[in-house]
Amino acid sequence: MNVPEDLRYTSDHEWARLEDGKLRIGITEYAQDALGDVVFVQLPEVGASVGSGDSFSEVESTKSVSDVYAPVAGTVVEVNTELNDAPQRLNEDPYGEGWICILQLEDESVYSSLLDAEAYRKLIEA
Amino acid sequence: MSDNTTGTNTAAATSTAETGDTSVHSMDGTSLGDVTGVEGHRPAPGGKATSVPLLGRDAEPAIFEMSSPGRHAHSFRTTQVPEWSAEELVPAGHLRPEPLALTEVSERDLVAHVTRLTHRQYSVDLGAYPLGSCTMKYNPKLCDDAAALPGLIGAHPAAPASCTQGWMELLCDLSDALCEVTGMHAVTLQPPAGAAGELTGLLLMRAYHAAQGSTRTKVIIPDSAHGTNPASVTLGGYQTVTVPSDERGLVDLDALRARLDTDVAGIMLTNPNTLGLFEEDIAEIAAAVHEVGGLLYYDGANLNAILGVTRPGDMGFDIVHMNLHKTFAVPHGGGGPGAGPVAVSQRLAEYLPGPLPQREEDGSFTWRTPEQSIGRVHTWHGNSLALARAWSYILANGGDGLRRVAEGAVLNANWLRHALRGTYDLPYDRPNMHEFVASTTSLKKGKGLRALDVGKRLLEEGFHAPTVYFPLIVDEALMIEPTETESPQTLAALADALIDIAADEEGAWKAAPRTTPVGRVDEARAARTLIPTWDALDGQP
Repeated sequence: MNVPEDLRYTSDHEWARLEDGKLRIGITEYAQDALGDVVFVQLPEVGASVGSGDSFSEVESTKSVSDVYAPVAGTVVEVNTELNDAPQRLNEDPYGEGWICILQLEDESVYSSLLDAEAYRKLIEA
Repeated sequence: MSDNTTGTNTAAATSTAETGDTSVHSMDGTSLGDVTGVEGHRPAPGGKATSVPLLGRDAEPAIFEMSSPGRHAHSFRTTQVPEWSAEELVPAGHLRPEPLALTEVSERDLVAHVTRLTHRQYSVDLGAYPLGSCTMKYNPKLCDDAAALPGLIGAHPAAPASCTQGWMELLCDLSDALCEVTGMHAVTLQPPAGAAGELTGLLLMRAYHAAQGSTRTKVIIPDSAHGTNPASVTLGGYQTVTVPSDERGLVDLDALRARLDTDVAGIMLTNPNTLGLFEEDIAEIAAAVHEVGGLLYYDGANLNAILGVTRPGDMGFDIVHMNLHKTFAVPHGGGGPGAGPVAVSQRLAEYLPGPLPQREEDGSFTWRTPEQSIGRVHTWHGNSLALARAWSYILANGGDGLRRVAEGAVLNANWLRHALRGTYDLPYDRPNMHEFVASTTSLKKGKGLRALDVGKRLLEEGFHAPTVYFPLIVDEALMIEPTETESPQTLAALADALIDIAADEEGAWKAAPRTTPVGRVDEARAARTLIPTWDALDGQP
């Protein structure tokens, strides 16, 4: 299972990448595999302010509907509207074209409190 | 009828009693053939549908494609029946300017089309249907006869009570029986289905709290609950609070206590829960919820497991809905009509929807609407012919027969769980009630066999698929409910099929189902590209 070294992770199977004080967010390879074929992504609204751990997006697969939780507090500044027409990108390229949104961080230091690749790998192998 | 419903339970129960414990020691996969009726003769399984003939190789056209201008499904050849035009019969103001664009087919083609569609379907009348949580059991034909009695089908619901005393007696008797089965005080027969029953129950909860001057906002629901529960809570104007399950698969009592306060209107529970496990702490749960002034709602989806054995009312529940289309021989699926009566304890009786049939001291029957009624939840008196079916089923079984229904359902499900042990993962491998949840987690890791693939392959083996990917707390879940109506031979054939599928060579399941009128469909594409109507198909790939 692919767990890129340069990302941070949550125990709810989201990944996060720090880009100039902003955080790009998606779901992990493990998450997309567990969900199965994704058929719809409910994107958050640009401008929405979210608290750490808030459910701010939904991913619907042929199996179920799952919440996506904000790894840290912040404001949504960009969403991946490509997913409206091609939700399968979450399956095909979860760490690339399958990104969900970008958050403007309130406090950049919280990034380092997220799980690193090794810790996340341990979590999914447990 | 007992042959059709509980007779097979008896066979299973007897063999267990005589051999000590057939349900355990015939589970090694090799001795499944032991379920013989007579020595040396193993009856063929009655619930395996692999013999269904399939004539065609083509897709059935949509009815619209058969349309031919001027054709009618009804016409008289004789000229002795006079014909009138619409203009002669209908006032001009009520006539359409243009005729309605209806499909024009002959009666012959219409019947052939619908009959062919019927033959392309799987149904409980065709074979076993182990669709967990849905209780797809065989419905005795006796109940069809009862619901077709001319005196029942000929009555108009607006007829005065003096003309429908028999119908009202039936509804009163059914109400009494449902209260007895559930241990409740009063019941409304109006809700037409389970989810409608849930909403009715939540509106009753709201009315009760409002009358106490309380404005509670939250309803607690376990993480294993049916998806309708949180939906009904939202529709009822409450917020859902989820309580996790513990390692036993039961409500985590400490976590529940931590969520209880005077803002909690109640809790919705299914018992046995969706893992098929009995909530052993129900007395403690009821005491804790009542202590903060909350009410207990019983989701009756799994009532088949406890009929005549234990009662929601005795467990402390205040509101109970029943799915008569699961437990009481009303056909299930295909859009109904179903029936989801809601029974309540005494303190909630005055809020029930009305009118309710009421037995007077002189033996006559009247309609009464409770003073603080939440109002109607369905037209007239609910799906009354579905209610008549349920009453015939209750009468034909009697109290002792209903208990045997539950015993057979629980025995069959436990037998099957034992049979699959060692082949499939059993995340909660303990005595279950009427259903159990297996998983293909290990088989998926080993060779990629998913719960979905097992379901598709099982269709080829002549059985309906189990429920897959539910409850959500089990990975690659197969939720299996054989029901009491399947014989030991059918159960063994079902177990054999599931064990064979698990032994498939890697990837052999990819094209399944290969023997059905429609093969493996692209479910993801169907959901991503919605084409909801035939005319919207134009131009689509």
